[in-house]
Amino acid sequence: MKATTHISQNEGLIFERSRAGRVGYRLPALDVEAAPAAELLGPALLREDDLAGLPEVSEVDVIRHFTRLSTWNYAVDYGMYPLGSCTMKYNPKLNERVARLEGFAAAHPYLPDALAQGNLELLKRLEECLAEITGLPAVSLQPAAGAQGEMTGLMVIRRCLETRGRARRRVLIPDSAHGTNPASAAICGYEVQTLKSNARGAIDLENLRRVVDEDVAALMLTNPSTLGMFEENIEEICRIVHEAGGLVYMDGANMNALVGVTRPGDMGVDVIHLNLHKTFSTPHGGGGPGAGPIAVTAELEPFLPLPRVAGEPGALRLDYNRPQSVGRVRAFHGNFSVLVRALCYILSLGPDGLREATETAVLNANYLAHHLEPDYEVAVDGQPMHEVIFSDKRQSKHGVHTLDIAKRLIDYGFHPMTIYFPLIVPGAMMVEPTESEGREELDLFIEAMRAIAREARETPELVKGAPHNTRIGRLDEAAAARRPALRYRAAKA
Amino acid sequence: MLREMGRASIADLFRGVPAGLRLNRLLDLPAALSEAEALDHFRLLADANATRVSSFLGAGAYDHFIPTVIDTLISRSEFYTSYTPYQPEITQGTLQAIFEFQTLICELTGMDVANASLYDGSTAAAEAVLMAERVTGRSRVAIAANLHPEYREVVDTYIRNAGIAAQTLPTDAEAGTLAPGPLEDLGPEVAAVVVQSPNFFGGVEDLTALAEATHRAGALLVVVVAEGLSLGLLRAPGACGADVVCGEAQSFGIPLSFGGSYCGFFAVREKYQRQLPGRLVGQAQDTQGRGGYVLTLATREQHIRREKATSNICTNQGLYALMATIYLSTLGRRGVREVAEQNLQKAHYAAGRVAALGGHRLRFTAPFFNEFVVTCPRPAAEVLDRLRGRGIVGGLPLSRFFPEMTHDLLVCVTETAPKAEIDGLVDNLKAEV
Repeated sequence: MKATTHISQNEGLIFERSRAGRVGYRLPALDVEAAPAAELLGPALLREDDLAGLPEVSEVDVIRHFTRLSTWNYAVDYGMYPLGSCTMKYNPKLNERVARLEGFAAAHPYLPDALAQGNLELLKRLEECLAEITGLPAVSLQPAAGAQGEMTGLMVIRRCLETRGRARRRVLIPDSAHGTNPASAAICGYEVQTLKSNARGAIDLENLRRVVDEDVAALMLTNPSTLGMFEENIEEICRIVHEAGGLVYMDGANMNALVGVTRPGDMGVDVIHLNLHKTFSTPHGGGGPGAGPIAVTAELEPFLPLPRVAGEPGALRLDYNRPQSVGRVRAFHGNFSVLVRALCYILSLGPDGLREATETAVLNANYLAHHLEPDYEVAVDGQPMHEVIFSDKRQSKHGVHTLDIAKRLIDYGFHPMTIYFPLIVPGAMMVEPTESEGREELDLFIEAMRAIAREARETPELVKGAPHNTRIGRLDEAAAARRPALRYRAAKA
Repeated sequence: MLREMGRASIADLFRGVPAGLRLNRLLDLPAALSEAEALDHFRLLADANATRVSSFLGAGAYDHFIPTVIDTLISRSEFYTSYTPYQPEITQGTLQAIFEFQTLICELTGMDVANASLYDGSTAAAEAVLMAERVTGRSRVAIAANLHPEYREVVDTYIRNAGIAAQTLPTDAEAGTLAPGPLEDLGPEVAAVVVQSPNFFGGVEDLTALAEATHRAGALLVVVVAEGLSLGLLRAPGACGADVVCGEAQSFGIPLSFGGSYCGFFAVREKYQRQLPGRLVGQAQDTQGRGGYVLTLATREQHIRREKATSNICTNQGLYALMATIYLSTLGRRGVREVAEQNLQKAHYAAGRVAALGGHRLRFTAPFFNEFVVTCPRPAAEVLDRLRGRGIVGGLPLSRFFPEMTHDLLVCVTETAPKAEIDGLVDNLKAEV
């Protein structure tokens, strides 16, 4: 048994701790002559509420408050976090340490290039590493997240097609894709045409040949697909799209299955984004920040966003003079603190370590598939890569559904898997163990899943009422959305 | 494990990858480094940056003191190694902290609803423009010339393929704030007026007047705040009539870190809450009536709405929103005000001394918070080069963004600059007269 219940501290909102006059800071005394703010700014520009809505608390209040909140979270450092497609691997502590080095953390983005050579070299080295890993020669580290990488990559494609003559109108996206794919295509001014996947969740070549025409700008595909299978016909798919004058965008969310084993550039892919917060071990932070660099072919390099790192070590500079660029996608130079961590991961693992990580991730997923198959319906036949997708088909007969199984896993001390995605699998349960788990943790997970399958047959109500051991039970999300309460408001005195 | 599965080798598990695509060599990357070697390597890189200089750089990234408790708390594994809070029963810590963040942003901006954060201030501005188009059905946007130039570039990138056209509202040459005339003549097609306050040159805009003119044209007023700490002193944009207040929360305890990661914020009037981009946390109850928090109004978002979503964003800046929340709690009502006051006083002390030098002059007359433009007697780039020789980064040469502003320097003075450093800057500028 992985988990036991224990005392959990209660804690209100920070605003409810507030007591008039309490402070948790001390500033150095002001060392210049002061004039009244009303004189310097004019009274009309000043606040009138004296910031009454901000809390007044001590340092101990702050520490207790946020420490208590933290204990209500599950985390990778507690154990396996089998969220499919999210690659919740261990976040090495050295990465945290190096990202906090003063030379990085205190560097202003507008430091003259000559004073920021270390940062520029770091960016250049990371670009080189990601180019080698993807097999695509040009990398932009600008995009702030995977979705922004998608948007940027499609803009790059659009610019390229405009240069060739015409931006074209449509982007093809399989029905198994992440929701960000169509949303990103829409921002780039493209119509989305949904491609129906075949029974194995792969692209149907005949269908692809039928729909690809001179109005198709790009195909966006995820490889391995969101069903965890390698797209075996990837070379043929790229050929079909290229012959019609389109480009191929690969969603790199599942790159943890491929690093060091095969390279998107060698497959014929034109653009890929990488989620550094998945494949390259940077922490998810409870939902960001991540980073979503893109790697592209040489033909697409001129269109990459601003700025680009240029020059040679010792005389590196940020190049803003790139007339064909799609422009700027965010202020400054990317999520630098995330980029530092990703490079540290790559250099710490080295080429053999990176390949071993991939192999272990795939081994772990296959091990789970092998041991859970007797109890759970596998969504598609075939060789899973780094994740495996089950459905609730067998448990549904007892009235137990995917959501119930997920919630019951919480009682067993695990974070649930990704559920109800991909949309093409009814009641999908997507399990991605990553390479971080040893056999013992995997066995605990298998044990928990088997126990839940047994409960679904014998005591289904127990599963349907889960979780039982958490601070709160299932929340009424529909009621929350009907009458949203999105902020605290102090009771009127 | 392989044996149990009846598999001969690891390679067997990769048989789905066509043989021709398998990399039959190791990646051409440096050999693995031990922890000690990696640490040395990164120390060398970090030390190749000159961060221990006397710096007067601002321009959207501000050097403020960061209380120790922030790093202590965000270093808790439960916060930084947790995922997006999709399973509320085991992510109440993250969810409640975001709810507190949303509340704090509402309080500072004077708005009704704030989201869980966006990538940064520039993308928040771009999302505001896209939202204004959705809300009004209009397809032009009027953008202040003194919006941060990189924010403007990002807005241009986002709207290029969205069928939205942009026009620029000129800056008054003397005041440095927006010229009032063109606002009277916006026309019926403008979805939003986008202004930054304090603006890129440091000047505080008269938001009340801007809101009136904007609303007369039936457009939304989008106020961008790149220096969040200014809200410690300045009238809340919401109280001035803004419809959207968005910007950058970096000043709230987030390290400069060469420009990222930062934390965008986005706040609106209640009537637009279902048009917001990004995540939102709301209160909810379980079956036993126990209160908690959940991600809510998800039907706006890409994982449900796909190409019809309000934005393609799929994340927020969770950990950095937490940093801002801890900062605003630690400094609190008194501290935020006091830090803002120190910024104001130190910047005015510096500006007063520079103006008194003769030779250098203050370029604009509008009231300012902690940044101002100095016109030097010779090209600013030359002046900065010589200052750098004395260990001072004297500010940002504005010719970088505005080629005609050859002699102009954007100077930022925060609470972290001791009087002696300010005097050092002034004395060295004096030598340039």
